[in-house]
Amino acid sequence: MMTKGAEKKLGSVSAIPVGEARVFDVDGERVAVFRPRGGGIYAVQAECPHKGGPLADGLVGGTTLICPLHGWKFDLTTGAALFGECGLKTFPVRVDEDLVVLG
Amino acid sequence: MTKQKLVVIGNGMAGARVVEDILDRGGAKQFDIAMFGEEPTGNYNRILLSNVLNGSYKEEEIFLNPMEWYQEHNIRLHAGRKASGLLRRAKLVYGEDGVPEPYDKLIIATGSRAFIPPMEGTTIPAGGLKPGVFVFRTLEDCRQIAAWAKGNRTAAVIGGGLLGLEAARGLQNFGLDVHVVHLGGHLMQQQLDAGAGAILRSSMEALGIKVHLNKSTTAILGGENVLGLRFADGATLECDMVIISTGIRANWEIAAGCGLTVERGVVVDDQMRSVDDPNIYAVGEVAQHRGHMYGLVAPLWEQAKVVADHITGKNTRAAYHGSKVATKLKVMGVEVASMGIVDPQTPDDEVVQFSEPKRGTYKKLIIRDGRLVGGILLGDIGKAAYLMQAFDRNTPLPEERLQLLFDIGDPPKQVTFAEMSANTQVCNCNGVSKGTILACVTSGRRNARAVMDATRAGMGCGSCKSMVAEIVEWACGGETEEDPSVHSYVPGVPLTKPELIRAVLERNLKSVSAVFDLLAGGKEDAASKPGLASLLKVLWKAEYVDEKDARFVNERLHANIQKDGTFSVVPQMPGGITNPAQLRQIAFVAEKYHVPLVKLTGGQRIDLLGVRKDDLPKMWRDLDMPSGFAYGKSYRTCKSCVGSDFCRFGIGDSITLALKIEAEFQGFDSPHKMKLATAGCPRNCSEAMVKDLGAVAVEGGRWEIYIGGAAGSSIRKGDIMCVVDSHEEVLKYMGRFIQYYRENAKYLERTHGFVTRVGIDKIRAVVVEDSEGIADRLDREIAESKAAWADPWKNALLPANEGQFSSLLPVLQ
Repeated sequence: MMTKGAEKKLGSVSAIPVGEARVFDVDGERVAVFRPRGGGIYAVQAECPHKGGPLADGLVGGTTLICPLHGWKFDLTTGAALFGECGLKTFPVRVDEDLVVLG
Repeated sequence: MTKQKLVVIGNGMAGARVVEDILDRGGAKQFDIAMFGEEPTGNYNRILLSNVLNGSYKEEEIFLNPMEWYQEHNIRLHAGRKASGLLRRAKLVYGEDGVPEPYDKLIIATGSRAFIPPMEGTTIPAGGLKPGVFVFRTLEDCRQIAAWAKGNRTAAVIGGGLLGLEAARGLQNFGLDVHVVHLGGHLMQQQLDAGAGAILRSSMEALGIKVHLNKSTTAILGGENVLGLRFADGATLECDMVIISTGIRANWEIAAGCGLTVERGVVVDDQMRSVDDPNIYAVGEVAQHRGHMYGLVAPLWEQAKVVADHITGKNTRAAYHGSKVATKLKVMGVEVASMGIVDPQTPDDEVVQFSEPKRGTYKKLIIRDGRLVGGILLGDIGKAAYLMQAFDRNTPLPEERLQLLFDIGDPPKQVTFAEMSANTQVCNCNGVSKGTILACVTSGRRNARAVMDATRAGMGCGSCKSMVAEIVEWACGGETEEDPSVHSYVPGVPLTKPELIRAVLERNLKSVSAVFDLLAGGKEDAASKPGLASLLKVLWKAEYVDEKDARFVNERLHANIQKDGTFSVVPQMPGGITNPAQLRQIAFVAEKYHVPLVKLTGGQRIDLLGVRKDDLPKMWRDLDMPSGFAYGKSYRTCKSCVGSDFCRFGIGDSITLALKIEAEFQGFDSPHKMKLATAGCPRNCSEAMVKDLGAVAVEGGRWEIYIGGAAGSSIRKGDIMCVVDSHEEVLKYMGRFIQYYRENAKYLERTHGFVTRVGIDKIRAVVVEDSEGIADRLDREIAESKAAWADPWKNALLPANEGQFSSLLPVLQ
């Protein structure tokens, strides 16, 4: 598990194509980092709470994320479920110079 | 706690079943169980006896409870021993060998025996039936009939009921001439009326059985052995053996002998207890409940449950309220369904009837106050399940009676929405009930799209969409709010498909992000992205700017995502044609990448399932075969039958045509998937008639082109668009239709929906007759799309972007 308060440098922001996401292994915890076309960067748990769908392979429009397996929908900014029964764990994340920094 | 003693008299279907039900309710802890069975075996399925006689079942196959079952459950079975006495005051049952079994609770399940009407010469002075005369009730009867039938020539069955007819059929299998002699005016009077009986008679006679109606048998002729029958009208019939099947009589003697009330059977209350003794139950054919006796198995099961619930105390209020008798059976290969009464009983009873004697079809329904009270189906029993349900549940019938007898178009709605219970599941993919849809409407979503988005009803296979829409409309009292996106091609861009196409071409929009920027006020909509990507690819072909984030994961990674996040890999294999080298290569790759499941697909291809995302590009490189596009909203494949090369029926070269079709349309994006097939003759082995597009060879070197077929969540036979003379013409007209579909269908509208919506006449006019003068342009578009094809697996080692196939990236620090 990630230790609270500690910052992690995930790597260059260019590793995440615009509009898509990539999954990072952060001390054994899988975190999906999204880079929507409209700007900003968001980090959430990598697996859908419904049936474990790979959220980084989902579709993003604005800041709405759709899971590729059964279409659960989430708001990337808060992790709240827009369709589905429970939301996502979110992580603070920012871009510092070129680097994606978690925590 | 000391156990109570439970004794069951009778080890047939009723006795054994009620004991099973008691054990299921934990009865082994409460009761020490003993059973008397007159037959020396465990319990068998008496209904299947006629199948043993006709040889379709072996004896051992019909046993329900073999002897071991009784031992396993510590049941003392007195097998082959009839219970001969019952002392209620002492609470004792005696076996015929004198062994007593004391009881606290007693269940009488003695069933019934064959009824033998008074006829001269039935028995011999030494006692018992005359040699060659049989009843048909037990396994032992069955064995004796079979033994006697061998070596004899003619058999007469007295009684034209169900059991008699089944015996007749069994005897025919021994090569005997079989006569059925029946006292009444038509066969199977319990289940059929005169009209159906007459048709059944013709069907039986066509099979070689001679039927004699209105014949009262007065004597069985012959001294030591059977020589024939004599009838009341003086006529005679020569025969070597006689089966008497003239009904049954309940075995109530042991009950009557100790003073229990017996009429035709042991009279019981709603708990199936004797009306005279609360410790004695009766179940099955021996029981008489509210004046009714039942000889079918379904009521017996219901009775057994009530007894078991009540006797174990699991539900002391369990009650039997009688059964509505409906049955489905097969007599001499003729299918029969029968329920309730066979003839109208009051002047107001409504009769709906259809008769087609030549084909052996007969249908008759009796309706009272809008509900089914009786029905007979003979020959065609396709509607039996629906009708039996309506009969059993007493549900109101649709006004249009015709659809009760025949399937006309869509299956009739079994109940109206108002009557549909709230927990009825409407969407079977996502498990959404009517109640959930109603709650959603109540919460303010007043059009189908909004309800579907909120509940996911209709968002799985899509086959219930129209029903969801109808329920929403009904719930809104017909006043649904206009859904502004309903006419849009995709919900996120407020333009119809023609408007969108025009705008895209005029403004030169070649990427999905450009469309959102210029046509949707910069507002991206995730769900709209794949539809836009598909259309832009159709319009711009090689010039289309592919943005990976606009594609659904399958099209992003050129593989089909599975439930565990792995993928499936299906190489191209048109017509289902492969070769040893290709198979070796596939085998090599499957082993190298530890593919957990290798499976043949419905499209005649090989599916490698459970592949890790990171392995995809390496696998494609090692396979060195083109992508089969088994993941896309696109042309999938064209399967084929063997065609004219080897098949002795083939009249057209379906394999070569399938290969040409694949080369022409491979990888084409489309509103939904397109599955194709070619068939070398109208036997349609490759199911071309139910494909999105299909070509079927017909005599004269011609090909029928089918469009709009479906055999998935919807099933539809395609419409013939045209009949052409060559492979090249098949390609031309298929191509035109595909392009017309690509330009005009809504996103995710399969060809069957499109053809139904637009109409085959209109499509034929545009595609075949060129009524709009666009045929040349459609042909050109197809040629350009073909030229723009590129195998997405070819450049797999040069990914579209870094990490495209990485399931996990390392962390810097």
